[in-house]
Amino acid sequence: MLLVLLGGLLFNFVAFVTRPLRGPWREISAQVFRTGAQALGITALVGFLIGIVLSYLSAQQLAVFGAGQFIVKLLGVAIVRELGPVLAAILVAGRSGSSITAQIGVMRVTEELDAMRVMGIRKGYRLVLPRALALALVMPLLAAWTTAAALLGGMLASDLSMGLSPEYFLVALPKAVQLSNLWLAMGKSMVFGLLIALNACHFGLRVLPNTQSLGEGTTASVVTSITMVILVDALFAVLFKGVGI
Amino acid sequence: MSVVVIHGLRSAFTTRGVRATIHKDLNLSIAQGEFLSIVGGSGSGKTVLLRQILGLETPIKGTVTVLGEPAAVLGRAGAASRVGMLFQHGALFSAFTVLENIAFPLRELGTLPRALIHDVAMVKMQMVGLDPSAAHKMPADLSGGMVKRVALARALVMDPPLLLLDEPTAGLDPDASDAFCTLLRSLHQELRLTVVMVTHDLDTIFELSTRIAVVADKHVIVDAPPREVIDFDHPFVRDFFRGERGHRAMEVLHSQVPGV
Repeated sequence: MLLVLLGGLLFNFVAFVTRPLRGPWREISAQVFRTGAQALGITALVGFLIGIVLSYLSAQQLAVFGAGQFIVKLLGVAIVRELGPVLAAILVAGRSGSSITAQIGVMRVTEELDAMRVMGIRKGYRLVLPRALALALVMPLLAAWTTAAALLGGMLASDLSMGLSPEYFLVALPKAVQLSNLWLAMGKSMVFGLLIALNACHFGLRVLPNTQSLGEGTTASVVTSITMVILVDALFAVLFKGVGI
Repeated sequence: MSVVVIHGLRSAFTTRGVRATIHKDLNLSIAQGEFLSIVGGSGSGKTVLLRQILGLETPIKGTVTVLGEPAAVLGRAGAASRVGMLFQHGALFSAFTVLENIAFPLRELGTLPRALIHDVAMVKMQMVGLDPSAAHKMPADLSGGMVKRVALARALVMDPPLLLLDEPTAGLDPDASDAFCTLLRSLHQELRLTVVMVTHDLDTIFELSTRIAVVADKHVIVDAPPREVIDFDHPFVRDFFRGERGHRAMEVLHSQVPGV
């Protein structure tokens, strides 16, 4: 199933690259706005709060061993490499993945998909490609944004709980976390974005013209996307275990 | 010359493991310039028949030929330049304005300059009686009648010789329904269209049809001009055309239907 979707996407991407002027630019732009710009608030809030929670809990445990200064490395690696991208991906899967499935599903219910077919418009080109490209582009940026918010939360909590000044935190962070962690996070975020979009489109296109099917499709889309993100994250962790640690 | 030829059609659907046959050895031929109404009870497969003419669904047996080509080929290639389709609820793209909806098939074709596409879309808007000020409205801001008109303009934007209508007056109030019927009749005559309509609305059927095909018992039981269909002896025809609603609609037939 995923191979078929990826094959279709590749085919449409080649068509897009060969005739970029006739590409679905407006749809891409709309999706970047909806899935990216409109998700900035929620991703920042969740990232910030998780940063605080992680910092407080870690500080307590590290203080037991007198290893409080390692909080920067612990938070840095955990957030930059794992939590930032995964949190952003899970939020986007719930927020944008469900929206994409519902949007395409409603198009089935209102016969818009049939109308497109009658007009000879390729669904893959007009519906799947813009969403996949937008999420592949937006996901790394959202991951970076969530990471920054989580680090900010962690930094403030470290200051309050351990008296670690923000200046020290900011100076110690680049030394504690190798840049390759950030590149790895960006790379896997792009894969997450692509998978969430393809999965959401797949379930949207499978919706039957009734409201029950629409609800089932949306639920299945979100659950599958989140599971897929966690599985692929585990795969990345195993494949790149020697990078940046 | 026949625009649509359906021969030996057999259609079936499987729902929750139960296979239901919709059509069995269904034959129908639609000549150029006709206004054919397909009538039948709920679940008799009228809309399925329209979808098969469009190539959106494939029968398990039999052939559907549209303008000399198999409908399946038409469906794969996109039929907008040969067949216009008015869906029951309009099926307008909710993210596009009225003008963008109408222009979309031309924009996708990609052979006309942008300014010309705009002009053609505006002409089609006027043709279906839409005010130019509606051009930049979104579908959600339109009344039911306007949605149908926009959808009709989009269906006709590529000047197809064949127009399919799925319940064109469903959801419209009597005035809007009458106005839409008048529009359909004038378009049929002026553009010399072949029109195939699926509807339950007897007033619309009698006002517009030059021929009626009744689908019952999984095939076309009668296919003739309105007056002959009414006299046909079959339980469905008796209930549908000679019931109380039928009598009211017959008054329209007696007063104005041409060609019967």
